[in-house]
Amino acid sequence: MGNSPLPKEPYNIIITGVGGQGNVLLSKLLGNMLTRRGYIITIGETFGATQRGGSVMSHLRVSARSSWSPLIPKGRAHMVIALEPTEGIRVLANYGNPQVKILSNTRAIHPVGVIAGELQYPSIEEIRKSAHELASEVWFIDATDEALRLDNPVLGNTIMLGAFAGLNMLPLEKEDFREVILEMMPEDKLDINLKAYELGAEMLNRAVSGTA
Amino acid sequence: MSYLADNNEGVQHLLLGNEAIARGALEAGVKVATGYPGTPSSEIMESLSKVAHGRNMYVEWSINEKLAMEVAAAGSFARLRSMCVMKQNGVNVGSDFLLHLALTGTREGMVIIACEDPGAHSSINEGEARMFAGMLEIPLLEPGDFQELKDMVKWAFDLSEEIRNLVMVRSVTRLSHGSGNVKFGKLPEIDTNVDAGFQCDGFILDPDKGAMISMPVNHFHGRLQEKLKKAREIFEDCLFNTYNGVEKPELLIITSSACNLYCKEAIALLGVEDRVGLLKLGTTWPLPPELIKKNLSRTDNIFIVEEVLPIMEGNIKVLAAEMAPEIGVKNFYGKNAGNLPTSGELNPDLVLDALKTILSVEYEDMPESYKKKAQAVALTGAPNRELTFCPGCPHRASFWSIHGALKLDGRKGFVCGDIGCYGLGVLPTGFSTIKALHAMGSGIGVASGFGKLRQFGMDQAVVAVCGDSTFFHAGINGLLNAVHHSSDVTFIVLDNGGTAMTGFQPHPGLTVNAMGDEVPGLDIAAICGSLGIRVEIGDPFDLKGTQETLTELIQDKKGVKVLILRKNCALSPERKNKKDYEMHIDEGICLGENCGCNRLCTRIFRCPGLVWDQERKTSRIDEAICAGCGVCVDICPAEAIKKKEAA
Repeated sequence: MGNSPLPKEPYNIIITGVGGQGNVLLSKLLGNMLTRRGYIITIGETFGATQRGGSVMSHLRVSARSSWSPLIPKGRAHMVIALEPTEGIRVLANYGNPQVKILSNTRAIHPVGVIAGELQYPSIEEIRKSAHELASEVWFIDATDEALRLDNPVLGNTIMLGAFAGLNMLPLEKEDFREVILEMMPEDKLDINLKAYELGAEMLNRAVSGTA
Repeated sequence: MSYLADNNEGVQHLLLGNEAIARGALEAGVKVATGYPGTPSSEIMESLSKVAHGRNMYVEWSINEKLAMEVAAAGSFARLRSMCVMKQNGVNVGSDFLLHLALTGTREGMVIIACEDPGAHSSINEGEARMFAGMLEIPLLEPGDFQELKDMVKWAFDLSEEIRNLVMVRSVTRLSHGSGNVKFGKLPEIDTNVDAGFQCDGFILDPDKGAMISMPVNHFHGRLQEKLKKAREIFEDCLFNTYNGVEKPELLIITSSACNLYCKEAIALLGVEDRVGLLKLGTTWPLPPELIKKNLSRTDNIFIVEEVLPIMEGNIKVLAAEMAPEIGVKNFYGKNAGNLPTSGELNPDLVLDALKTILSVEYEDMPESYKKKAQAVALTGAPNRELTFCPGCPHRASFWSIHGALKLDGRKGFVCGDIGCYGLGVLPTGFSTIKALHAMGSGIGVASGFGKLRQFGMDQAVVAVCGDSTFFHAGINGLLNAVHHSSDVTFIVLDNGGTAMTGFQPHPGLTVNAMGDEVPGLDIAAICGSLGIRVEIGDPFDLKGTQETLTELIQDKKGVKVLILRKNCALSPERKNKKDYEMHIDEGICLGENCGCNRLCTRIFRCPGLVWDQERKTSRIDEAICAGCGVCVDICPAEAIKKKEAA
C-alpha cells in the first residue's frame, strides 16, 4: 500500500461532540479507513464519566512515518470535526491556529447549565461568526437534522464522516468505509450507513456551493 | 473485535490499547483471566470474554478485585497461565492477598494488569499502583506505546515464570483508551487437553511441589528478594528499555509509559533532537543499575518525566547518589525541582513548557493575536458542559425522590455514596444530595458509623446509596456491619441491572457470566431479607410511591431499612434506543416564566431531553435527545408535559 502525501506530517484531526453522539465510533471508523490506506494512526480518547453529558474529544494523528502522542499539543490541530457546534468552538479556542479548518454540525445540544438558565447558548449566527474568526475554512452542515429524517439521530456521525471525505483532504474511499463498517457492525447496519455516508458528501457539496 | 483471536501473524491492526493488552495475553496463551470492571481497564476482559470459549479459557468478572486475584492465583498454582485485570483502586482492594502471594510465589506465569487514571478522568482519586510493586517487591513493567502494550504483556508471562513470581504491568488512560497500530504475533495452538492440577504434597519449601504457604516468613521473604534481584539482572538487557538520541546529549530525559510519547512530541516540536537524548524505560522497578549508570554517564543534566508522583525519579536519584563517586554529581530536573506538577495528568504541552525552560529555547503554541481572539471567543462561544445523568436515567428520578423525602423529613438529612454513575449525585444533576463520597461500598460503611452517633446528640437522617454491582463488591460488608450494630440507616440499592458505568458487565445478581454462560443469580432483596430487616422494593420512575416509602423508612428510626430501586439503565441493551413514550409539551398549558413553578422542569429537574425554548419562552422536548421515559410528566405542577405510548 503506497501512501499518498499528507497535507501535514503528522496530520492532526480533532473530533469533538457530546457524550452519546458517537464521537468514539467516528474516530474508529476514520482511523480504520486510513489504516487500510497504509497510514500509521494514533488516537487519544477521553471517555468514561465524561460521556454523561460532558464534552468528548478524540485526537487523531495521521502519519506516514510513525505513531505520535495520543494528545495533540495546543494550537496544533489541522482539522476539527464538530458533532456539536459549540464543542467545535471550544476546540478551536484551545487547539486552533490561523490555518485550522472546521467542519461542524449545526444541531445544538444544550448543556444543563443552559437548560437551567444559568448560562447562555450562542445563536447559530454567533457560532458561525466565531468559527470564521478562528478558522481559515468553515463548513456547516445539518447532519443531525438529516439523520432524524433517516429516523436515527446517531447517524449524524456517519453523515459528518461522509462530508469530511467529500472535502478530499485525505484519501478516504467509500469502499474502505464499507469494509470497515462490515468489520465493526452487524451486516444489517451497512445500507443505512452507506446511505448516510453518501448524504454527507452531497450535503457538503451543497454547503460549499451555498453560503457556508 | 472479531479479529483479536485470528492467527494472522505479521498483520497490523488499529487497536484500542486495551485490545492490544488482550491480544498480548492471548499470544502468551493465558488460560485464566479474571477482573472487576473499572475505567480505564474494562475492555481488556471484555475482549477476552468474547473469545473465551473458542480459545478454551476461563474468564471471570469476579465480585471484587481481591477475589479476582485469588481466582487467578489458583490458576497459576494449578499450572495455568493466569491474569488479573483492574483499575488502580483494585490493586488497593486486593493488596492484602497480594502481600501474601508475593511471598508464596506463583507457578505458571501470573500477571496483574493495573490500568491507572492520572488526572482522574473516570475516577475519584489518582492513586498509584506503582507504589505497590515496591511494597510487594515484585517487578513492574510500563509499556511506552501501543505495540509495547501487546509485546510487554506477552513477555510478562515469561518473566513471571522465570522468577516464579507475580509481575505487574501498568497502563494509563491515554494508552488503554488510546488506539494505535499493532503488529500481531503468533497465537499458540488451542490446547484442549490441559492437564491442570495443584501439586502440594511435596517438601514444604519445594516451589514446585510444596504447599503455597508464606511461612516461615523469614525464609520466603529472603527468597522473594532473590527473585527481585534476578528480575533486575534480566532488566539490564531488556529490549523494552531504549535510548534515542546523540551519544553525548546536553540533556537526558528519562521517561516511561504514555509520557514517552509526550516527550517524543515535545522534542520534535522544539527541534532539539541534537541536544536531548531520550531514555525510555519499560522496566521501571527494580531499576537495572548498570543500564542507568551507562545512561546517566552521557551528561550531567537529567530530566525525569513520569505520571503522577516522582516515584521513578526517587529511585533514579538513589542510584545516582550511590554511583556519584564514579559518574559525578548530576543536576536533576523533574517533579521535585518543580519543572512538572506532582498532581494531575501530564500532556505534550506540560513537557514542552518544561523542556523549553530547561533548554532556554523559544516556542509559541499559537500566535499572540490568535490567542487573544481565541480567549475572547471561548468566553461566550462555548458554554461549560457540566456532567449530568443521561436522559432516561433512573438515578435522576431516584435522587429526586431521595432529595424530596429528606426535605420533608426536615432533619438536615444527607446521603453517603460511593463510585458509580450515581456518584454524580454530588452535582446539581442529582440535586447535590450526596454529601460524602468515597471508595466502593463506603457509602453504607460511613453511614453505618453516622447511624451510631445518636448517643452524642446527632439527629440527622442518614441515607446510604450503592449500586447493584457495588452491593456485591463491598457494599454487603457495610450492610452486615450496620445491621449487626443496629445502626439507624436507610440503605438504598440503586439496582440498574448491571455494572452500568463501565459497560454492562454482569455481576452476581444476574444469571449470566462474563463468557455468556448461564449461572445462578443472587437476589439482593432475598439476601437483605435474610438479615431480618425491613426490605422494600420500588420503581424509581414511580416518583410518588418512592417518595412515600422513603419518607416512611427515614422516619422509622430503628436500625437498618433497605429500599431497592429497580430500573434498568437507559443505555442498557434492554432500554437503549427504545422509547416507552413519545413526549410533548402542551404549549397552551406551559406558562413558562409566568407559571409560578419557577421553571421546575428545566431549572431544577435538568434532564438534557427537556430544554428551554428561548424564543417561545416555554419548555420543549428535544426529540433527538429525549429517551421517552415519561418521568417528567410527574414533575410539572401544571400538567403541561404529556406522554403517549410509543408505537
